Amino acid sequence: MKPAPFAYRRPETVEEALEALAREPGAKVLAGGQSLVPLLSMRLASPGTLVDVNRLPGLDQVTVSDDEVRVGALVRHADLLAHAPAGERQPLLAMALAHVAHATIRNRGTTVGSIVHADAAAEMPTVLALLGGSVEVASVRGRRTIAAADLFAGPLESTIAADELALSAGFPVLGPGEGVGFAEVARRHGDYALCGVAGLVRVEDDAVTEARLGYLSVADVPTVVDVTGCDPAEAAARALERIEPGDDIHASAAYRAQLVKVLTRRVLTAATDDARSRDARRTG
Amino acid sequence: MTEEVHDVRLQVNGATHAVTVPARRLLSDALRHDCGLTGTHVGCEHGVCGACTVLMDGRPVRSCLVLAVSAEDTEVTTVEGLAEDTGEDDTVLSPVQQAFSDCHGLQCGFCTPGFLTTITAGLRANPDPTEDEARDMIAGNLCRCTGYQNIVKAVLRAAELTREGR
Repeated sequence: MKPAPFAYRRPETVEEALEALAREPGAKVLAGGQSLVPLLSMRLASPGTLVDVNRLPGLDQVTVSDDEVRVGALVRHADLLAHAPAGERQPLLAMALAHVAHATIRNRGTTVGSIVHADAAAEMPTVLALLGGSVEVASVRGRRTIAAADLFAGPLESTIAADELALSAGFPVLGPGEGVGFAEVARRHGDYALCGVAGLVRVEDDAVTEARLGYLSVADVPTVVDVTGCDPAEAAARALERIEPGDDIHASAAYRAQLVKVLTRRVLTAATDDARSRDARRTG
Repeated sequence: MTEEVHDVRLQVNGATHAVTVPARRLLSDALRHDCGLTGTHVGCEHGVCGACTVLMDGRPVRSCLVLAVSAEDTEVTTVEGLAEDTGEDDTVLSPVQQAFSDCHGLQCGFCTPGFLTTITAGLRANPDPTEDEARDMIAGNLCRCTGYQNIVKAVLRAAELTREGR
């Protein structure tokens, strides 16, 4: 299991990287490589050129503002997980990152890379979709921002063009009265989930005014379901209208549907409790 | 068609290895075949088993998921670099290696290099793990002899040895 031959470029600046991507239509970007290298080794991917972006300056920063946590393309999962201000302003990041593979993989894999890899079985694409975040991309044609809602086109397929490089992802911070929750079931902690759910709930005067849940590993793309006004059983039913879990070697469709029900209840309850306790602390 | 090759300087266990490799050479293969350091073992080659784990700038990574050419300018530590060089003819086992010996954490030995590197870094981050934390520390490494009981014991023993200044 070795990769097929490819040409390797290691640009020193973003501009050089964009030129390389523009020049070579079959090029792929290499950042952490924790998803890409296995695909190369199994020869499920055989790009003509890899553009290694690990030397590009300025992309390894996490910046926290009043509105968002902005994560550069070279920020490793482990570093975002350990970033206290980011975790404080958007606690869902750390909750979900703790489930991203094993510590060894998190040391090398990048959060932005995981998002643009667009694997519906991965945690961070669903977190970005649930929070309504975005990805900033660049090419020789210019820069643009892609909202999470427009990013995920299909299994392992994003709307980022072949000559575009993702520079960063922005995760909105927790708003007033908002709370979050996350749960997943995997055969072994750190493995891909059989089903995972992320939740965002907003309360005002102790009443739930908004509730959304994001699902991973049970659909072709990260799927966000609005469950405002639903009790947990209704929320699970609404999710299963949108999601048709499939069978594979690890779990039957029926078992996955059961996990959707159980985890929906668990996460909706946890996120609501989290929102209420944050709101109580805020309004004192 | 001849394949493009790259001259790469790998810093491994404090020594520099100048190697010429194609871009597709995995770090695991470069360590074994180009540097002659066969202590790093290759298991699944897609990042699941952890046998090939080495330290890059002190952090455990899967060497089968890193291209040798992109490991340039990093400090790589393999299992061969864990023992303490006493300057004499002999080397002294590191606390983690000694603990594996004490607790029979090494069974067939194939997965051992990955466990030793993973635990060495894990104990630096958490010098006094609980049993649960020890299990979590090794969760990304597979032992097909199912020697986990003794490996968990070895993690706790290595923490003890380190505290005793051994």
